Amino acid sequence: MRIVCPFCGERELGEFTYLGDAKPVRPEAGASQDEVFDYVYLRDNVAGQTSEYWYHGDGCRAWLNVTRNTLTHEISAVEPATGAGARQVAK
Amino acid sequence: MKYSIFSLVRAALSGHKNWQRTWRDATPKDHYDVVIIGGGGHGLATAWFLASEYGIRNVAVLEKGWIGSGNAGRNTTIIRSNYGLPGNTGFYELSMKLWERMEQDLNYNTMVSQRGVINLYHSDAQRDAYARRGNTMRINGIDAELLDLAAVRKMIPFLNFDNARFPVQGGLLQRRGGTARHDAVVWGYAHAASALGVDVIQNCEVTGFTRDANGKVTGVETSRGKIGAGKVGMAVAGSSSRVAAMAGLRLPIESHVLQAFVSEAIKPLIPGVMTFGAGHFYVSQSDKGGLVFGGDIDGYNSYAQRGNMPVMEDVCEGGMALMPMIGRVRLLRQWGGIMDMSMDGSPIIDKSPVDGLYINAGWCYGGFKATPGSGFVFAHLLARDESHGEAARFRLDRFRTGAMIDEKGQGAQPNLH
Repeated sequence: MRIVCPFCGERELGEFTYLGDAKPVRPEAGASQDEVFDYVYLRDNVAGQTSEYWYHGDGCRAWLNVTRNTLTHEISAVEPATGAGARQVAK
Repeated sequence: MKYSIFSLVRAALSGHKNWQRTWRDATPKDHYDVVIIGGGGHGLATAWFLASEYGIRNVAVLEKGWIGSGNAGRNTTIIRSNYGLPGNTGFYELSMKLWERMEQDLNYNTMVSQRGVINLYHSDAQRDAYARRGNTMRINGIDAELLDLAAVRKMIPFLNFDNARFPVQGGLLQRRGGTARHDAVVWGYAHAASALGVDVIQNCEVTGFTRDANGKVTGVETSRGKIGAGKVGMAVAGSSSRVAAMAGLRLPIESHVLQAFVSEAIKPLIPGVMTFGAGHFYVSQSDKGGLVFGGDIDGYNSYAQRGNMPVMEDVCEGGMALMPMIGRVRLLRQWGGIMDMSMDGSPIIDKSPVDGLYINAGWCYGGFKATPGSGFVFAHLLARDESHGEAARFRLDRFRTGAMIDEKGQGAQPNLH
């Protein structure tokens, strides 16, 4: 598996660290216990195409949003993860 | 078919041409008291304990491929009971005791070999942690010995003791640990369960659940038609989330790939099972002579049953740090299996929120050693509708209540367990 970093180009997997599913959104401070439990512990654990966070620690140190198929490891899209840096790139 | 020295001699005299199938390849009936999804070690062990201990023999085990084609046939065959936390300690010792009588129970040679598991330590802090774990084991009646450097040198003299970064200081030894022949465990349970009337049904993939008006599970839909069931238990490891999703459940589980490796055969070298404490590397030597070893999971969600190069490199570096002389040994085979990584690194054996559906999942990459214990306590749960005492902490709701069993203290990050 290689990941084409939008900043550095195609790099080998060992340069990256995995966080996980990009879909769960951290609940607001006043959220219910159920919402927090859901966010922290429950997973869709998708078999197929899914979007997830990877960190390019041995490269540009950017967080990336990678669209990948968990059945085949095929990567179809890599984008900067949402944040100040990503917005800067989009300009 | 009963195996004994006489059956072996008889078969030998007839040129080994008259061995019978060891278990029936059954076709599904319309209804069973209990249907177990997953024909791996855990599912088949559950069926056998249901039939032998709890008198429930109208049982089917459904396997989408062939039995033992998943993680039961993909692990590094290590058995041990050296866990430190309440919940795990007692459960894995229950499992170890069942390993010790398995061959007599099943009338099947599963090649259980208690030749010792040693966890090496490389720092003062790690020695203290191992001493604590060893004490926990001994308080609970489990054998554990903390070895100093001289004792380890005597036992495994070929290690790179003076490695500048990771000098070996000693090890925690469980002599009753060791290995078992993983495929034979699957075949042995199928053999013994089948003899008691359990239907082992292969090439039968579950595609959904049938439910009554109250939502209770009344059976399963499969690639070989509908099968009714009084109760349904799932023991499907890496496919846990997919099967649970058919019943509308989301689990505190992620599926990750773990690789394992075998080298070419070499002369007898490694006495038991060894683990490298400064990285993550565990190794034993098979009876055929190959070094069987592994390390970390790859770290990303996967259902692909194959891994990638960085972890392969990392595992081999662990081996080289421990025993540089294996550097010229060639890697023979490498493969991957899909682990049901739970949010605290410990399993879930519990009723599900859906009436009639029972969950056995979240084994992470430690499921093989648990095979007999898992089958026993899951059979207890299915038969009695209450948890076995040794599995009482493996609750599904512990993530909500905070009663986690987190041996590594990594928190809700499954790829770190």
